[in-house]
Amino acid sequence: MKKSLEEKKKTARTAYLFISPFFLLYAVFGLFPMLFSFYLAFFKWNGLSEMTFVGMENFNFIFTDPIFYEAIKNTFIIGLLGTAPQIIVGILLAFALNSTLIKFRNTFRTMIFLPYVTSIVAVAIIFGVIFSNQEAGFINYILSFFDIEPINWNIQNWPVKITISIMVFWRWVGYNTIIFLAGMQSIPNALYEAAKIDGATVWQQIRLITIPMLKPTITFVVFTATIGALQLFTEPLVFLGRNLRQEGITMVAYLWKDAFVYNAFGTASAAAIVLFFIIIIFTGVNLLLTNRIGRTKKAR
Amino acid sequence: MNNTENHTKKRNIQKAFVYLFLTFGSLLSLFPFYWMFTMATRTNREINSFPPPFTPGADLVNNFQNVLANMDFFGSMANSLFVSTSITVGVLFLCSLAGYAFAKLEFKGKKLLFSVILITMMIPPQLGLIPQYYIMTQLEWINTFQAVIVPGLINAFGIFWMRQYIQDAVPDELIEAAKMDGCSTFRIYWNIVAPTVLPAFATLGIIVFMQAWNDFLWPLTVLREPSMHTLQVALRTLNDARQMDYGMIMSGTFWATVPLIVIFLMFNKLFIQSLSEGAVKS
Repeated sequence: MKKSLEEKKKTARTAYLFISPFFLLYAVFGLFPMLFSFYLAFFKWNGLSEMTFVGMENFNFIFTDPIFYEAIKNTFIIGLLGTAPQIIVGILLAFALNSTLIKFRNTFRTMIFLPYVTSIVAVAIIFGVIFSNQEAGFINYILSFFDIEPINWNIQNWPVKITISIMVFWRWVGYNTIIFLAGMQSIPNALYEAAKIDGATVWQQIRLITIPMLKPTITFVVFTATIGALQLFTEPLVFLGRNLRQEGITMVAYLWKDAFVYNAFGTASAAAIVLFFIIIIFTGVNLLLTNRIGRTKKAR
Repeated sequence: MNNTENHTKKRNIQKAFVYLFLTFGSLLSLFPFYWMFTMATRTNREINSFPPPFTPGADLVNNFQNVLANMDFFGSMANSLFVSTSITVGVLFLCSLAGYAFAKLEFKGKKLLFSVILITMMIPPQLGLIPQYYIMTQLEWINTFQAVIVPGLINAFGIFWMRQYIQDAVPDELIEAAKMDGCSTFRIYWNIVAPTVLPAFATLGIIVFMQAWNDFLWPLTVLREPSMHTLQVALRTLNDARQMDYGMIMSGTFWATVPLIVIFLMFNKLFIQSLSEGAVKS
């Protein structure tokens, strides 16, 4: 009896040892930096010299900086333009891939998924060339058939936002299609068969069977897409360059530019804190909405 | 009779529509790759002429020589390979150890500690970006690979994934029997658990390697020396030089993209399965 107690203690000690690397590393490189951001947000610091306490000055600065508001606005606009179409097209593509009518399913799936394997840097560079400002840029060339003057894709307000949204859309739509497809494959085929016998159209099948049954998957995709959209950084940096024009700067890009272009680590931290609260609010709203949708479904 | 005929007709229209939709989607998917390849084989003058060239040209080799003259392509590829492999091996080891502890060992606070791990998954790491950078300057890790590798070993999702897998795949009787034979807990991990979860290593490995390979923000922040650049950071620099030699830039991007695409096409079923499993599990 005593021996087994000793044994148990030993096992527990080993278990703690096995899980300790995560907690140690997270404490040093995850938790501490986050808490330290809250501290740093009240200091002026250029990364080299002494930190000086400035109270709320950093927050005053960013809240009176028009570019900060642009950054928030851009993040939401690009987030919406980049992800909402993705979810709709992703569901449709997955539905088509799941159809029993087609052959070559694997080939189609592979082709549609391929963009996801490409790095974001590569995507931004490729689209930068496709959407080049020159007359001979691919998109400008196509537009010339419709008598549209060449557009300065990485300078003008809406073109910048649209191009970045298209990059996001192109890289992620295939990934989400695969996730939706995995969700759809767990929907019993008998449901569709029954609907077909009742004379349901394809559109009715999607609306009344696929989407309700797919709710958990949709929740997951919306959730990850939202968090991803709030962290958008690489596309604007590569597409716009270090200047990060205000037409396309995002929240993370704003704080990165503050820190690593202007050496203003204090205001960058203040921006990080604001971003932190925006993310918390969004996660909360997301959870609330999905919970409510779940409940009304059950009540019915 | 008429009814079935009608039915087949309707079916054929549906079929045509599905094929059309998927073909259109696939073409949109593939077109940027084709355009990248075309531009990588053309001179800058050809690219900027009106109308632009729509078919591949003859400058594939020439453009790549220009890339080699402007960036250390193979050096940064080696850096990427080293960093991504180290992270992958480290994550697989640490996550399977922790996953084993959470799946099969008894200890106080197990549930609580596991939920803490799940919560950390929801917090975006960028929020601590500036202090993380500060820590790296204090450790004097700027321009060293450990600045990317060590934080890269934090992987809550991996622990979660491994725990699920080990719980189902490793029979308790096997562990008990090994204990009877006097095996230490680590011996059990090494001789029984690790070999059993090899398939999980493959799937998690793919996910982690790809993330590490494509990672950009953090390597950009801490690897400032050009000789330490990973491929993604180096590509960005090439693109930013803005000599506007599109042929060269596309060539660099093309050759940097090819390896991952080849690996993907070789293992595409495993790849897609890993990623959709990963999503479904969480």
